[in-house]
Amino acid sequence: MRLVVDLNKCQGYAQCAFLAPDVFAMHGEESLVYSPRAEQEQRDGVARAVAACPVQAITAEGLDGARHGLAEAGREASDAR
Amino acid sequence: MPAEEFHEWLRREGRIVIVGASLAGLRAAETLRAEGFAGSLTMIGDEPYEPYDRPPLSKAVLLGKASPDHTELPRRREIDATWRLGVAATGLDMAAKRVRVADGDEVPYDRLLIATGVRARPWPKEDEAQLDGVFVLRTRDDAVRLQRRMKAPPRRVFVIGAGFTGSEIASACRDQGIEVTVAERADAPLVGALGGVIGTVAAELQRDNGVDLRTGVMVTGLEGDSTGRVRAAHLSDGSTVETDVVVVSLGATRNTDWLAGSGLGAGPRGIACDAGCRAFDFRGIVTDDIYVAGDVARSPHPLFGYQFLSLEHWGNAVAQAEVAAHNMISAGADRRPHLWVPAFWSSQFGVNIKSVGVPSLGDEIMITQGSLAERRFVGVYGYQGRVIAAVSFDNTRWLEFYQRMIETGAPFPVDFPTVDRRPEGRKPVPADFPDPSLPTHGPTVTLSGYSPADRHLVFTPARH
Ligand SMILES: Cc1cc2nc3c(=O)[nH]c(=O)nc-3n(C[C@H](O)[C@H](O)[C@H](O)COP(=O)(O)OP(=O)(O)OC[C@H]3O[C@@H](n4cnc5c(N)ncnc54)[C@H](O)[C@@H]3O)c2cc1C
Ligand code: SF4
Repeated sequence: MRLVVDLNKCQGYAQCAFLAPDVFAMHGEESLVYSPRAEQEQRDGVARAVAACPVQAITAEGLDGARHGLAEAGREASDAR
Repeated sequence: MPAEEFHEWLRREGRIVIVGASLAGLRAAETLRAEGFAGSLTMIGDEPYEPYDRPPLSKAVLLGKASPDHTELPRRREIDATWRLGVAATGLDMAAKRVRVADGDEVPYDRLLIATGVRARPWPKEDEAQLDGVFVLRTRDDAVRLQRRMKAPPRRVFVIGAGFTGSEIASACRDQGIEVTVAERADAPLVGALGGVIGTVAAELQRDNGVDLRTGVMVTGLEGDSTGRVRAAHLSDGSTVETDVVVVSLGATRNTDWLAGSGLGAGPRGIACDAGCRAFDFRGIVTDDIYVAGDVARSPHPLFGYQFLSLEHWGNAVAQAEVAAHNMISAGADRRPHLWVPAFWSSQFGVNIKSVGVPSLGDEIMITQGSLAERRFVGVYGYQGRVIAAVSFDNTRWLEFYQRMIETGAPFPVDFPTVDRRPEGRKPVPADFPDPSLPTHGPTVTLSGYSPADRHLVFTPARH
């Protein structure tokens, strides 16, 4: 499962690191280091992190099972307007 | 055909070609589909891989937290494109509206987006650049090669150039306990992007983390052993550093060579475009069917006197791609300008470094929060009485506030002397950017062209 964090938006709140510690980790006080490819078994954790991130910085693909799960698509499309 | 009708036809059955299948290319393709483009879409990319993300290559990958083969970008939606990966575009015929590709094919378009980005500037002495153990870091293949060598592990890594990428590489080395020497021509790391006041902090950060930082020196040569492996680097101060891995981090060159002779306004500084991302031809006349986005673009920004900005920034590639895609399929009044306020992040030695605006335009800096000594602060850059940029070390939550000051042209010096009453911040000091006539590889923001306001040509180092 692929993911990317918009680190311009990320404010180091670390919610993601609590919810999916194998994927997201803090490096120092507020730098986030993450793995852009998460294993299938970390899916639930990543889904929770996507939902919990207070600035909606995480985009993940395949959350709803489809190859190109469009967890973000709706929101991005409305952002684009 | 009237414009409205043409755009309706274009949305329904037009042909759009995107050259450069990376961050900007992918996000543009997704935007086209999200906005209802139903015609044919072709993605041409010279790398054999689907679009992947580059920032992790110098961070998570070198820290061992991610595989260099697995940074593909998540898709926001299906884009239903014809992918031509592993083939470079080699030419453009603007009159016939065709892109030539390396396998001899010609691909016709009604609208073209150029998002060919930049490539790493190699070590200028070719025979030395060929030595085994000499690397650059821009692509996934570069990262695979470098990571393999870092695992060995090397006795010492030698980094040429202390810009953001070079500093991040040094940081990853120290994190893994690998000895690292960094050689920088300027007096401190990051000075091209952030100036000497912040550079001094970055230098201390490196030294405290065990980096052997050599500033004010040039690398005069790399030396190989009898088997062609690099064994040492020679410096202008007469010293020699023994090393088995050299990473050349001397900035980037715009990928515009393939457009030579096409008639497009493309050169070593990138491709000039208007605020709507439409490319200029070489006469300075705007085209209406060729758009540019991402690292390869130079675009005028109203917040900065309409000077042309080239930004090697992830966020700019995304934002500009979205605007370019929207404008490609929209008629006049529905088009939007690309007004993104530059924003950048870097993470090194456990410190989160971010900037907004264009620091290198600033002539003075004022520390408004925190303290340089604690390496936790916000610094504000001023230019001609205005706030032009801000930088934060481990203080990201405040940047939005400063972004608004930049957007509204707030006065500089700022009227609150310091938010948290620290003594350092009370007055502005020179931001101490290097003399722009001395070439450096540093800035990730380049100003070029002239500002209509002051008719002043800003020198842009074209080469290392
Ligand atoms: C190691 C590293 C770390 C980075 N870290 C940060 C960071 O921390 N923060 C930040 O804001 N930015 C960072 N960046 C910059 C960021 O990655 C870029 O701004 C972004 O990749 C730009 O996207 P782009 O699509 O415009 O160009 P690119 O990603 O450069 O993509 C251009 C693509 O076009 C292809 N191409 C070139 N010529 C041709 C041709 N003739 N035909 C076909 N294809 C062609 C290229 O091979 C490439 O695949 C980093 C970059 C690197 C390399
Ligand atoms: S939860 Fe969001 S803001 Fe917080 S660290 Fe994770 S990505 Fe960044």
